[in-house]
Amino acid sequence: MSRPDISVDICGVRLKNPVIAASGTYGFGEEYTDLYPLERLGGISCKGTTLQPKDGNIPPRIAETPSGILNSVGLQNPGVEHFIKTDLPRLKKQDVAVIANIAGAGIEDYAETAARLDETDVDIIEVNISCPNVKQGGATWGVTCAGAESVTKAVRNATKKPIMIKLTPNVTDITEIARAVEAQGADAVSLINTLLGMRIDINTRRPILHNNVGGLSGPAVFPVAVRMVWQVHNAIKLPIVGMGGISSAADAVEMMLAGASAVQIGTAIFNDPYVPIKVSQGIERYLSDNGIAKVSDIVGQVRPWE
Amino acid sequence: MSYFCGSYPIIEKKALAGQIYSYTLLCPQIAENAHIGQFVQIKAEGYMLRRPISICQTDKEKGTLRLVFEVRGGGTDKISQLGAGDMMDIIAPLGHGFTLSDAPNGKVIVVGGGIGVPPMLDIAKKYGENCTAILGFRSFDRIILDKDYFATGARTVLCTDDGSVGIKGTLAAPLKEELKSGAAAVYACGPVPMLKAAAEEARLAGVPCEVSLEQRMGCGVGACVVCACTVIRDGKKQVLRVCKDGPVFKGDEVVF
Repeated sequence: MSRPDISVDICGVRLKNPVIAASGTYGFGEEYTDLYPLERLGGISCKGTTLQPKDGNIPPRIAETPSGILNSVGLQNPGVEHFIKTDLPRLKKQDVAVIANIAGAGIEDYAETAARLDETDVDIIEVNISCPNVKQGGATWGVTCAGAESVTKAVRNATKKPIMIKLTPNVTDITEIARAVEAQGADAVSLINTLLGMRIDINTRRPILHNNVGGLSGPAVFPVAVRMVWQVHNAIKLPIVGMGGISSAADAVEMMLAGASAVQIGTAIFNDPYVPIKVSQGIERYLSDNGIAKVSDIVGQVRPWE
Repeated sequence: MSYFCGSYPIIEKKALAGQIYSYTLLCPQIAENAHIGQFVQIKAEGYMLRRPISICQTDKEKGTLRLVFEVRGGGTDKISQLGAGDMMDIIAPLGHGFTLSDAPNGKVIVVGGGIGVPPMLDIAKKYGENCTAILGFRSFDRIILDKDYFATGARTVLCTDDGSVGIKGTLAAPLKEELKSGAAAVYACGPVPMLKAAAEEARLAGVPCEVSLEQRMGCGVGACVVCACTVIRDGKKQVLRVCKDGPVFKGDEVVF
């Protein structure tokens, strides 16, 4: 049998493999090039970018948890103009899909940031309506259908680029939010962002994070992510980029069986920077071993019990 | 500047004081590229986050790296279970080290507090008799690397919080005294109040100072912007990354 086809199509954008570096864990694709070229990835979702530069939260911004981490960076980033002038030209010289990840305090910020990116070579705009670490905006948009709809609508009107809405798991029913963004013209959804969590130092009685609370990621959240991807896959027709605790090829295959067309990997990279490459190779091996010609053939192919 | 990620053999392990261990790794590529003041990210089996540990010594000829760390929790405890002959998984060398002149205009002062003592050893070695090392510990049973410092030829001043050895109290007073006779530079690593005091004494004396900061880290390579620190640089407030823009910063630019 010839080599399986591991390329995927996400809202009209071809990724040579289904592995994307998750926003917030891979910067703007500069830091890991000492180890391997960015081209080994299917795509990179860049650090969450806002209209104006942001300083982020006071440290500590990270805490270790059983099989995961809590973070509260608070969207520190150099602003969309810096991204367009400095990072994007460098990224576009490489054969890797570039996903800009945008966030904002108000609807206008989202719309304006998307409008600026509309005239660039960005492949996809991922719209973060689920950041748990900023006081204004962020997850406040993503936890109600009305909020999710209004951001999606505004971004849709601001750009012709494919837009992918990043959903929060911190809701009662994620399928309602997914349906709401689908109805407003989203091209894809990505999920899950982090789960809100907290750690306390029992000696100082202080929360470890200066922000008191933060977003939980890593293998600890993986089963929650698989469940939500499966639920959303059953609820809407849009392609899903699945993420949340993936750290092996087996995890990625599981996420794709649940309904993800591609996956993002984040926290696991801190532990092993080579994880994205190992996952991509491992998916190919899984397909070969099981006589499957195309990776897209496994998407949503879980066989649930009746 | 480039870094590497891989598993390297431990060729020596020593227990220093208390829960403080010294490891020597054979990793020629890393040793070749390492600068004084840089750090490594060590993988702790069973933990998501690697542990950032400063490089204590680099021997470019032998191709070795010496790391000294204190067990502070589950992760460092796990790492400390590794022994000679085992492999240690590290990402290194990382960060921006000290600015060290080959011909300093006068004496160099290093200030190290507690587990901030190991990263300064190679500075003392580089400058030998032209260096004064002021080292602070909680008490006599926490003293580490004193013989290593004596062997460099640097004038070594020991201080303890309880006065059980050397000068009683913080490092600020002996540093102030030392600065009276002038110095080319002050380099400091240790707890934040100590760094703040060192930067302030150096500023008052008009001597350039560099400090090595510590912060909880994620990736260690600059990608996740978790380990933030605030500096005033070129008259502007900037939030920088301890792991990539530091861990060494100018003493007068850090907002402590």
